[in-house]
Amino acid sequence: MSRRKTERLLNLVICLLATRRPLPAEQIRQAVPGYDRDSDEAFQRMFERDKNELREIGIPIEVHRDAWEDEPGYRIAPEAYELPEITLEPDEAAVLGLAARVWQRASLAEAASGALLKLRAGGVAADEPALGGGALELRVDTRDPSFPALWEAVRDRRAVRFGYRVAAGPSAATRTVEPWGVVSRRGKWYLVGHDRDRAAQRVFRLSRIIGEVATVGRPGVVRVPEGVDLRALVSPWEERQAERLATVAVRRGACQGLRQLARAVREGGDWDEADLAFVDTGRLAAWMASLGPDVRVLTPPDARDAVIAVLKGAHEANAQGSDHEFGASPTQ
Amino acid sequence: MSTADRLPRLLALVPYLMSHQGARVDEVAEVFGLSEKQLIDDLQLVWMCGLPGHTPGDLIDVSWDGGEILIDNAETIARPLRLGIDEASALLVALRLLNELPLGESPEGGQRDALTRVIAKLERAAGEGAAAVSSQVAVEMDVAPDALATVNDALRRGRRLSLRYYAPGRDEVTSREVDPLRIAVVDGRSYLSGWCYRAEAVRLFRLDRIQHVEALDVAAAPPEGAEPTDVTDGVFKPSPTDELAELELAPAGRWVAEYYPCESVEELGEGRLRVALRARDTDWLLRLALRLGETGRIIAPARLAAMARDRAALALAHYEEAGQR
Repeated sequence: MSRRKTERLLNLVICLLATRRPLPAEQIRQAVPGYDRDSDEAFQRMFERDKNELREIGIPIEVHRDAWEDEPGYRIAPEAYELPEITLEPDEAAVLGLAARVWQRASLAEAASGALLKLRAGGVAADEPALGGGALELRVDTRDPSFPALWEAVRDRRAVRFGYRVAAGPSAATRTVEPWGVVSRRGKWYLVGHDRDRAAQRVFRLSRIIGEVATVGRPGVVRVPEGVDLRALVSPWEERQAERLATVAVRRGACQGLRQLARAVREGGDWDEADLAFVDTGRLAAWMASLGPDVRVLTPPDARDAVIAVLKGAHEANAQGSDHEFGASPTQ
Repeated sequence: MSTADRLPRLLALVPYLMSHQGARVDEVAEVFGLSEKQLIDDLQLVWMCGLPGHTPGDLIDVSWDGGEILIDNAETIARPLRLGIDEASALLVALRLLNELPLGESPEGGQRDALTRVIAKLERAAGEGAAAVSSQVAVEMDVAPDALATVNDALRRGRRLSLRYYAPGRDEVTSREVDPLRIAVVDGRSYLSGWCYRAEAVRLFRLDRIQHVEALDVAAAPPEGAEPTDVTDGVFKPSPTDELAELELAPAGRWVAEYYPCESVEELGEGRLRVALRARDTDWLLRLALRLGETGRIIAPARLAAMARDRAALALAHYEEAGQR
């Protein structure tokens, strides 16, 4: 934005805020320096653009159309423009300063620091964070490229369309979704919403969204169901399934992490026995396989077989010079 | 800040100067993230603006003689613009997040209370729109509530901590004494950064891996210059000296590329990937290889592939022995 334009816009804001009576465009043209005095058409174009730019930064311009006037009048109502009086105690200002630093990337980080500036400009003394003496740091990363677009879609209640990769493959399918919200769980972002093609609620991982997120239709059309619990929808299905118990032999002194998570550990000679709760046999098998010769699954038999299958797979896959066709078919 | 943000900045700068008459040029420049030269340029621009008529009596009067900024005749824009939905939501989501941290009760009863009050005030100032949007964004964190409360309390009182800590890299539980420096909640997990007397260095401890923690009746006395771990760029920072390993992944093993920071990721067709990542230690990589089963294999270094194969063979041998008995 050029300096002259910034000057013109600032003068326009002051002019529209100062007037009690809505001003027709022609009067604004006379009152604000920098508008074209010669060409009506050039002025109209410029004035339209200026109004849009002011609205984009959140300035509420009122348009008044009276039956007995030809031209509409414009003004900014101070009560709609101004930040309401807000006073914060020192401890409140301190937590606000901390909150403003939570977001780590562009979009929201800028929004948060912009908000803090406005509040400080309004007289709030939000200075250095002092919660626990600066001893607490909270960071939320929104590294997914699709985050800003989805945040805007959630904000504007607008449907979106994007390419989405399935869990185990490179191919993407186009999904059209009415977004209800975004949830971060263990540092990963998810979109929750109504999938139009599947006519059902769905959860999407932002890391699997490919390419640009396009908006579909008009803003304001998405209805978020009353009382929807976004977090519950994102919690993995394992948390909602019945648990089973596996018993494993654990080499004495090994697998401290496993022991920590076990329901019970019974000491033996060279091998102890541990009971582990699990839901998904595949996940249990992968975990047990990762511990190699330090554990052996005793029961149930399907879990035992599953671990043996993973270990055989790893053995073959990593066998040098093997002509085993890697990853081609599931091991029986 | 780009030039496109200049108008919003000016609309905050003028009210700031109005409510901070006599503020120093260098201080104000810092608050607004500007150089002093940029700030003076802003002041010069403001000085050219004012009410219609634009006679000297209509224009904003601003001076910065001797480095102190005085402003007058700017009543029209004396209040800042109200918070936008993005701005208010960004703060509200962050505040709610802080409010959910189980930091324990502070003796002053302060933090939690302050958070509740500031959330209420901000919601009032921001209006319904922002409150609604901010409830559509949720951040969930894994916190170990007991450990977090104890650590937070020790931090505030300046006490040394005694920990029993599980280190998955070496799969061992160790006891350590640590002078706490900071609690960091990053990527949904919480950590203690502190001076570890066992390592004689600053270390980062994941709170959910602390098996037992208690504050000692000893004042924390970290060595001069012990700085809390910088987590700005995330917690997992592979060292360039860590061994670089190459893996080939079948479609069902692609999660590795999502889960761990990779130095390179190459599509091989049919959903297969080749990735290069830094192995924190040999053991970590072997566990990953075994976990992947047939859905991934180590391409390089060949030595590690052989170790993975041998380890899998050893594990399988246990099952065979057991089967024969």
